[in-house]
Amino acid sequence: MKSIIQMAVGLAMVGTVAMAGEVAPDDVAYDEYGAVAVSLTGVAGDPANGIKIMTERSKGNCIACHQVTALAEFPFHGEVGPMLDGVGANRSEAELRGIVANAKITFPESVMPSFYKTHGYIRPGDAFTGKAGTEPLPPLLTAQEIEDVVAFLMTLQD
Amino acid sequence: MKMTVLKSAIAGLALVATGVMAEEGTVGFEINGDIPIVTRVPAAAHLDGALSEAISGWEYRDSSTQAMQMDDFDNPAMLAVEQAAEVWNTAMGTVGKSCADCHGDVNESMIGIRATYPKWNEKAGEVRTLAMQVNNCLTENMGAEAWKYDGADMAAMEALISIPSRGMPVNVAIDGPVASVWEQGKEMYYTRYGQLELSCASCHELNYDNLIRADHLSQGQINAFPVYRLKDTGLVTTHGRFKGCVRDTRAETFAAGSPEFVALELYVASRGNGLSVEAPAVRP
Repeated sequence: MKSIIQMAVGLAMVGTVAMAGEVAPDDVAYDEYGAVAVSLTGVAGDPANGIKIMTERSKGNCIACHQVTALAEFPFHGEVGPMLDGVGANRSEAELRGIVANAKITFPESVMPSFYKTHGYIRPGDAFTGKAGTEPLPPLLTAQEIEDVVAFLMTLQD
Repeated sequence: MKMTVLKSAIAGLALVATGVMAEEGTVGFEINGDIPIVTRVPAAAHLDGALSEAISGWEYRDSSTQAMQMDDFDNPAMLAVEQAAEVWNTAMGTVGKSCADCHGDVNESMIGIRATYPKWNEKAGEVRTLAMQVNNCLTENMGAEAWKYDGADMAAMEALISIPSRGMPVNVAIDGPVASVWEQGKEMYYTRYGQLELSCASCHELNYDNLIRADHLSQGQINAFPVYRLKDTGLVTTHGRFKGCVRDTRAETFAAGSPEFVALELYVASRGNGLSVEAPAVRP
């Protein structure tokens, strides 16, 4: 009986760590410039959900640092990172995927958090509790959420 | 030529309007109309050009918050200061002495104290913050229990002790016996903690003046601490603020009063050398 429960727990863990067909955080293939050519999920990104991730504080909260004219209805936009208008025209999908997943591979000095990384932190915490967390931490965004953000960014053509 | 003269006249007038140049630094405002507060000063040499100017957090607040700090009748921190003044005169602990029994009038004996802490304590052989000194008095000289390091009693007492130093330039020493602790604090300032991998410098050196969401990032100066935080409706100490900042990087934060935060306080205080003591200030 006990082993069945343990097995069920094990399955549940597999479910949260990596969905079938997903590229796990440690397995993402960044090229020498930090770009990631292959989708992390194989499922097309949903730009509408990308907007949610971009604007919600509990998700990516991208607009905390970036201004995006197309998201003007969601206040307030920060000034810490570059404005993202036209970013879908100026950068390739692979470049954007790499930057959203781990910007520091493309820009080593960037203050941008790495959204698809689970370990290698200094004093990792348990979310915003101030208490210690145990690595591997859940990544800040899931693989599909990153694909959704990238799909939205690709719509920013001017 | 005419244009240049006109321009410099305008610039001169603008300067007078927004702030008077003090001997060193710019007086941004006065408290109660008679305590000039320097809110901008050339950055200390030990910052090696990391900042050109040290700028008080007061400059980053909206005009209504600024105004509350300009008049003690409007400053909500003064309620806690009044309470601490009563405590100052109250006998505590087994020795049966009050602060006043040894230190007399706080507004005379504590002149300049807030401006030089944290500082080296020769007898103890350690860097001491003002809070550590208060707790040391309580436990060693008064036979009383120590206060919670970042609790309300301590914050109020720090605020009271700061009052007679308002307007005096922050002037913490960074060399001699404190040098290694200062270096530890500096290293912490530039360490990218937590899952968000943010250092103090990520926001307060590289991005002051910028908005993050709706917040106007300041230099994170601590010359105004403890501050009355409107959203907390109470005083917040330096270590209380540090604790919240590190927590917000999704890190395991440090404890108030920890050796790490003592080191960080010394370093951050030194980044504001030359700014006026403003405590207790008002923040949103």
